[in-house]
Amino acid sequence: MKIAVCVKQIPDPATPYQLDPTTHWVIRPPDQVMDDTDRYGVEVALQLKEASEGEVVLVSMGPAGNMQGIRQALAMGADKAVIIDDAELKGSGALSTAKVLAAAIKREGADLVIAGTESSDGYTGVVPQQISELLDVPALTFARKFEKTETGIRIERQTQSGYDVVECGLPALISVTAGVVEPRYPTFKGIMQAKQKPVDQLTVSDLGLDGDSVGGSGSGQDITEVSPVPSRQAGQVIEDDGEGHLRIVELLEQAKVV
Amino acid sequence: MATWVFSEEVDGGPTTTALELLTKARSLDGEVAAIYLGEGSDETFAALGDHGATTVYHIAATDTLAAAGIAAALESLIAGGSPRIILFGLGNTDRDVVGRLSARLDRPVLANAVDISASGPVAVTSEILGGTTKVVTEVRAEAPALVIARPKAFPAEPSGGAAPTVIPVELPDRGHAGEARITSRHAESSEGPDLEAAAIVVSGGRGLGGADKFPMIEELATLLGGAVGATRAVVDSGWVPYSMQVGQTGKTVKPGVYIACGISGAMQHLVGMKDSGTIIAINKDPEAPIFGVADLGIVGDVHSVVPALIEALKTKS
Ligand SMILES: Cc1cc2nc3c(=O)[nH]c(=O)nc-3n(C[C@H](O)[C@H](O)[C@H](O)COP(=O)(O)OP(=O)(O)OC[C@H]3O[C@@H](n4cnc5c(N)ncnc54)[C@H](O)[C@@H]3O)c2cc1C
Ligand SMILES: Nc1ncnc2c1ncn2[C@@H]1O[C@H](COP(=O)(O)O)[C@@H](O)[C@H]1O
Repeated sequence: MKIAVCVKQIPDPATPYQLDPTTHWVIRPPDQVMDDTDRYGVEVALQLKEASEGEVVLVSMGPAGNMQGIRQALAMGADKAVIIDDAELKGSGALSTAKVLAAAIKREGADLVIAGTESSDGYTGVVPQQISELLDVPALTFARKFEKTETGIRIERQTQSGYDVVECGLPALISVTAGVVEPRYPTFKGIMQAKQKPVDQLTVSDLGLDGDSVGGSGSGQDITEVSPVPSRQAGQVIEDDGEGHLRIVELLEQAKVV
Repeated sequence: MATWVFSEEVDGGPTTTALELLTKARSLDGEVAAIYLGEGSDETFAALGDHGATTVYHIAATDTLAAAGIAAALESLIAGGSPRIILFGLGNTDRDVVGRLSARLDRPVLANAVDISASGPVAVTSEILGGTTKVVTEVRAEAPALVIARPKAFPAEPSGGAAPTVIPVELPDRGHAGEARITSRHAESSEGPDLEAAAIVVSGGRGLGGADKFPMIEELATLLGGAVGATRAVVDSGWVPYSMQVGQTGKTVKPGVYIACGISGAMQHLVGMKDSGTIIAINKDPEAPIFGVADLGIVGDVHSVVPALIEALKTKS
């Protein structure tokens, strides 16, 4: 089974994001990390590979930079990576991202595609569904448990009030929540091996996509205004001296809830 | 021109977010219609009508993950009804449908919307970067604009509208792409007041240390007549069901009082509760970001402060 995992490289979430003052697009520095959310997808892929043989290919769109994020995922055990880095892709929205990823996945010919439910920095949460439509395959989304069946895949899908058990045959896409597995940490050996693993770097035209249909021009939207959201005023912070709970009671009384 | 609102059936009726979006839709552009996925009932359709829908496109498919079929059916409906805007909530099925529809129509999705205007070009205000930055995005693409709105961005208000015209929608056969079957459904219902509507919410995070400590949070919530919430860290660890998750990918709450116990206050959690009236936080780390939004912060151990609080409240009542 060939498994493609969508992995996004993002600026370190601990540092404040910078927006380009004219285009209002996020500035992506050369040092980027793997989106933490995608560790779960990589782990699911590795477990499926270990159970039934196969290959795990990482698919990523965005500035390759120093490729730490991709190397992190390769160090976990993925076999190879395809990264689509092209200046034309600046300002891509979710759909443009999905078009590029779907084209790369098609080129690889994957039986199963795995993505996170939403990225940490963009969180539109629709890229996986868009990919599934572009590939014309079923999508088992919001998986919190998964299992391989004889002919396909079965998951527990998170719903508003519980979960549904859903299944389909391959080829298919699944999107996984952060609760689905415990991602492994790369071993020293894994980190060393990752340096030798193949990474294909592609452009939009390598994928046979029309440059006008992707990136900022193909996004169909323009950011016209940016402003900070007014932040809430912090109140009083006190050290608990054994009486802290009484301050809470006081405040609850003031708020007339007790 | 028209505005359409998608709603999945949850607990036998439309979602609260759908009623909020129908209310907003009345002020946008022309006729308002609902796309309703679920069994449906006269009562349900009346509620949709009472919030402004004059037409309901009713999709009764319940044994499949129907998004592939729904996207194809909507594509045909759109060709006939020419909506200018289609509004979706944050629900998982909402996202499945809007994602597929956007790829079929080659239209962008505008996510995390907190306001929408249609007086000129469709313009959507959304909060990005963990809810810290507000951006206005104008849609350049042809109609319909596809928008995912945040819950509680708009109030739900009845319009007194009459019962809508209900039009059943059949789903086309999508072949393999439409093949995902639901083999069983499971409810993990939580007791007590509805989290999204509760006047008081008590939430627990990883700082509680283990699932066995969660009943303390439930006891405090019960004493206050409130609902119980949780962080994603706790939900992902399997301590409590997803329906209790507060935050970016969970529920958005705006209670009068929010009590955060052992919660660090990650951006993605704050997005779901920062508009609460009074925020109280208990955390042993004085640097925890939750203190940045709290009206009262207690730097202390949840295992001593919460039990003491429970005792104090018990003696009061
Ligand atoms: C795309 C995306 C979406 C997300 N969506 C959500 C979401 O919807 N909701 C959400 O909540 N999170 C969400 N998260 C996760 C979020 O980033 C945080 O990881 C999560 O909120 C942390 O949960 P926590 O506060 O329980 O745990 P931690 O961050 O581990 O915090 C535990 C806190 O408990 C304190 N503590 C420990 N022991 C004690 C004690 N004895 N007494 C008092 N305090 C103690 C610690 O000081 C610490 O501050 C999302 C993340 C991503 C990437
Ligand atoms: N640029 C990207 N490269 C690779 N995968 C991505 C990219 N953007 C999004 N994804 C995948 O799609 C999921 C949802 O992302 P989003 O729709 O941006 O919230 C992520 O968890 C990733 O698995």
